[in-house]
Amino acid sequence: MNRIDQLFQKKKERVLSIYFTAGFPKLEDTLPIMESIEAAGADIIEIGVPYSDPIADGPTIQDSNMIALNNGMSLKKLFEQLQDMRKTVSIPVVLMGYLNPIIQYGMENFCKKCQELGIDGLILPDLPMQQYLDEYKELFNQYGLRNTFLISPQTSEKRIREIDEHSNGFIYMVSAHSITGARTGISEEQIAYFQRVQSMGLKNPRLIGFGISDAGTFYKASLYGNGAIIGSAFIKKIKESKDLKADILAYIRSVIS
Amino acid sequence: MNDMIRVDEKGFYGKFGGAYIPEMLHPNIEELRDNYEQIMASEAFQKEFRSLLKDYVGRPTPLYLASRLSEKYGAKIYLKREDLCHTGAHKVNNTVGQIIMAKMLGKKRIIAETGAGQHGVATATVCALMGMDCTVYMGALDIQRQRPNVERMKILGAKVVPATSGSQTLKDATNEAMRQWINNPVDTHYIIGSVVGPHPYPEMVARFQSVISEEMKWQLLEKEGRENPDLVIACVGGGSNAAGAFYHYYNSPEVRLIAAEAAGLGVSSGKSAATTALGTPGILHGSKTLLMQTEDGQVVEPHSISAGLDYPGIGPVHAHLFDIGRGEFVAVEDEDAMKAGIELSRLEGIIPAIETAHALHALNMIEYQKDAVIVINLSGRGDKDLDTYIKWGGY
Repeated sequence: MNRIDQLFQKKKERVLSIYFTAGFPKLEDTLPIMESIEAAGADIIEIGVPYSDPIADGPTIQDSNMIALNNGMSLKKLFEQLQDMRKTVSIPVVLMGYLNPIIQYGMENFCKKCQELGIDGLILPDLPMQQYLDEYKELFNQYGLRNTFLISPQTSEKRIREIDEHSNGFIYMVSAHSITGARTGISEEQIAYFQRVQSMGLKNPRLIGFGISDAGTFYKASLYGNGAIIGSAFIKKIKESKDLKADILAYIRSVIS
Repeated sequence: MNDMIRVDEKGFYGKFGGAYIPEMLHPNIEELRDNYEQIMASEAFQKEFRSLLKDYVGRPTPLYLASRLSEKYGAKIYLKREDLCHTGAHKVNNTVGQIIMAKMLGKKRIIAETGAGQHGVATATVCALMGMDCTVYMGALDIQRQRPNVERMKILGAKVVPATSGSQTLKDATNEAMRQWINNPVDTHYIIGSVVGPHPYPEMVARFQSVISEEMKWQLLEKEGRENPDLVIACVGGGSNAAGAFYHYYNSPEVRLIAAEAAGLGVSSGKSAATTALGTPGILHGSKTLLMQTEDGQVVEPHSISAGLDYPGIGPVHAHLFDIGRGEFVAVEDEDAMKAGIELSRLEGIIPAIETAHALHALNMIEYQKDAVIVINLSGRGDKDLDTYIKWGGY
């Protein structure tokens, strides 16, 4: 069974997913960071595949993408680094990336490789639902990959229902009108949106992302979804870090405590 | 009409186009897609658009028979004088259309990207005209090399925000504009300046610019007794002036469509923006198109002496023209474009924009019959490029 499905069968609340950019801060940090995230008690690892033009990301993640690319990271290199990841990492692993590098790699080869390495799901922010249905759905299914779509406060109820129907794994609720890393904290207006979606009775679990950075925001987001995703705040922590393992353990434990 | 080059219902021209956008922008793109054709066809829109093009932009622009240039090249060369448009380039045809569109969609605020600053100025201009709030994103490098246009935008009341990521040029300004649209989706319309971006932008912008070839047809009929020239030549960065100049000739295969791209320091120099020569299919700024990229799918930083052509992609419609062989693409080097700019200045008393100068040099790169009727789309004037001309110095 897919590890994402397994996770949400067992755990329905306070699920914590941690995003980081592959090859950042140093090229060979990818696997050690994943191991530390698991050791610290997070539930899902989201690996960002760096891209030169990340249009849904704010300065923090743009910067990490640029540094990773300058370090020599590529999709090919990432797959090499993840070759033996399932020997040391047991929680679900999701790849998050823009479409272009994946298309150049070849979508079918990419999916095949993901399955071979034990990757459980994909988040492709610039893959629209229609293109997914027309071109890729069968392929993702064939290779056992869950596909997560984003929704935002602007997404209509009708569209949310369509996205729920065609998603599997989980739905990524973008908490505000925003690119990543642009906000901190959670407002009343956002809570109204969380509650609106909560009351829709969707079939997929929901993780809330954008603006989650600490125990307080994680707790609050978890009241309205099955958990939350931390990205930019984690990138900031590891950017400054002199001791990745210790700092990752301390940070994630502080969030879930 | 335009059967071969028509955008399909999913927003594709053949293999290219589409709307590869983050879900956060879906409502904005959907709203535009579902309404733009109806709005453009409405009498209210057409009345305002036509009246502003005439009295504010100064259309129709002349179709000028350039005698001395014609003599030199042994052809009958007409210049379509888009450089005489208000603000100095064809860009304003599109911004006038989009600002009326934005108003009819009930938008209150405008954002735009700009490369050379021509589209930024054209956007700031129509925002001033309509009393709308305007923010323009511009690469930090372009801000340096196009200073006069930055000041023009500010005089017109727009806010100019530098894009400091990547190569700090048009591509990065476009990234930044898209990010800011995601951050402010409600009440904001994004006026894209070229035939790029997610569907329906490429088609909408092309239709606003199609007034160029619409006029060419009746002007040529008056002057030559026929609507169709033998060749139309235009420069292509994203490709909006070319799309406008080609639009009504797509389905007349006897009219050769010549697109001049920027080769920079040379196609194989590593410092180029010749997308069809160097690009492979990929996705940038919301559409599938030809794209200069690494094997790993990272977008390559382009180079051109002209900020307006300094873009690693190309509008999907042009990728399609290239793909099916309907368009002929030539790649013009910096040095040759500069010389062509000086040549036009000396022969006809017209200093062209450096973007446009690329189209002029194409005359040296293609074969045509003696006395062929050629229309070159003179997309912009060179005032904004004086610094570059001076630095280059070869006159």
